Amino acid sequence: MKPRTKRAVAIAGGLAALGVAAALVLNAFQSNLVFFFTPTQVAKKEVPIDRNFRVGGLVEGGTVVRQKDALSVTFKITDGAQSVPVTYTGILPDLFKEGKGVVAEGRVGTDGIFKASQVLAKHDENYMPPEAAEALKQAGHPMAKENFAGQGGGGVTR
Amino acid sequence: MNWFHFSSPSTFYGLAGRLAPWFFILATALAAWGLYLGLLVAPTDAQQGEVYRVIFIHVPTAWMSMFLYFIMACYCALTLVFNTRLSAMMARAIAPTGAMFTFIALWTGAFWGRPTWGTYWVWDARLTSELVLLFLYFGYMSLANAFEDPRRGDRAAALLALIGVVNLPIIYFSVQWWNTLHQGSSVSFKGTSMHVTMLTGMLVMSASAWMYAIGATLVRVRSVILERERRAQWIRNLPEASA
Repeated sequence: MKPRTKRAVAIAGGLAALGVAAALVLNAFQSNLVFFFTPTQVAKKEVPIDRNFRVGGLVEGGTVVRQKDALSVTFKITDGAQSVPVTYTGILPDLFKEGKGVVAEGRVGTDGIFKASQVLAKHDENYMPPEAAEALKQAGHPMAKENFAGQGGGGVTR
Repeated sequence: MNWFHFSSPSTFYGLAGRLAPWFFILATALAAWGLYLGLLVAPTDAQQGEVYRVIFIHVPTAWMSMFLYFIMACYCALTLVFNTRLSAMMARAIAPTGAMFTFIALWTGAFWGRPTWGTYWVWDARLTSELVLLFLYFGYMSLANAFEDPRRGDRAAALLALIGVVNLPIIYFSVQWWNTLHQGSSVSFKGTSMHVTMLTGMLVMSASAWMYAIGATLVRVRSVILERERRAQWIRNLPEASA
C-alpha cells in the first residue's frame, strides 16, 4: 500500500472505532441524557425519588387552577396515558397554555403532588400564522398533541 | 483543463481574490431579500407571536455551524491523507467563521429561549452538544497555532477536528434520540411543518449565510497564504508587495 492509502485507511478505521465508542457511551448514559421524564414513567416509579427531576408533557385541558395569591398555580401534566398533578409558585412563561407542551422541575411530595421549582414551556416544531392554526383547530387536527406524544410517548428512545 | 491548477496556494491566491467580492455581493443581496421576507412579509406565528422571527437568524447560523465544521473536517482529512498544503490553509480559514456562526446560534437561541421557554439556558442534549461544537472550534484554532512549525500544527489540529466529527450527528439527532427541551426539526428531508413564507425566508437567509461563509473564507485564506508563503518568490513578485 502507498503511504497515503495507509493514512486514509487509518483515518477511516479510527473514525469508525470512535463512532462505535461514542455510540456505546451514549447508549450507556442514555437515562442521564434525558432532559425530562414522562408522566407514564412517573406513574411506573421509574424516576429518582430523593432528588429533583423534570416531568414533561402537555398541560391537561381544564386542570389549570390559579390560587388566590395569583402566583400559585396547580395543573396536571399528561402524556395521554398518565397524568401528574403539579403545584407551582412563580411566574409562568408566556407560552404556558392548556394543551401545550411544558417541562416542570421539582420533586414528588409525600401527598403524590409534584412540587415544581421551575416551569418551562416546550415549543413544538410547527410554525404557522394564526389563521392557519385556527383552521386546523376547526378541522379538529390534533397536530400539536401528536407531535409532542411522539417525542415523550412512554419510552426513552424512539 | 488541469483540475489541480488551483490547488497550489500561488494560483488559488489570485482566484480567491477575484471571487470573494462576488460572494459578498450575493450574500448582501440574499440577506436583504431574506430579511424583507422574514421581517415584513412572513406572518406572525400563532403561538409565539413576533419573537419567532429570530429563526431567520438562528436556524441558518445553526445549520452553518454544523456544515462548516463538516467541510473543515473534510479539508482536515485531505491534509492528513495527501499532505496537501492548501487544504490545511482552507481548514484554518473556515474555523473562525464556523465559530462565529456557532456563537450566534447559541446567543440568538438564548434570547429566544427566555421569552418562549422561560429560561436562557438549559443543559439539554441539543444545547449542550452545540456548546461542545463551539469549544471544538476554539480547540481547533488554539491547537493549530500552538506549534512553532505550522505544518505540525496543521496535522495535530486536523486530528482533533476529525475526532470532533462524532459530535455532528449527536447535535443533529439529539432532539430525536432523547427528550429535550429544544423542539424537533421543522425542516427535514421528509418535508416541513412550517408555513411556506416562513420557510422561504429561512432558506434565503441560509443561502446568504452560505455566500458570506464562502466569501469570508476566501478572504481569510488569502491572509493565511500570504503569511505562510511570505518567503516565496511569487509573493515578492505580487504588484501589491512592491508598493
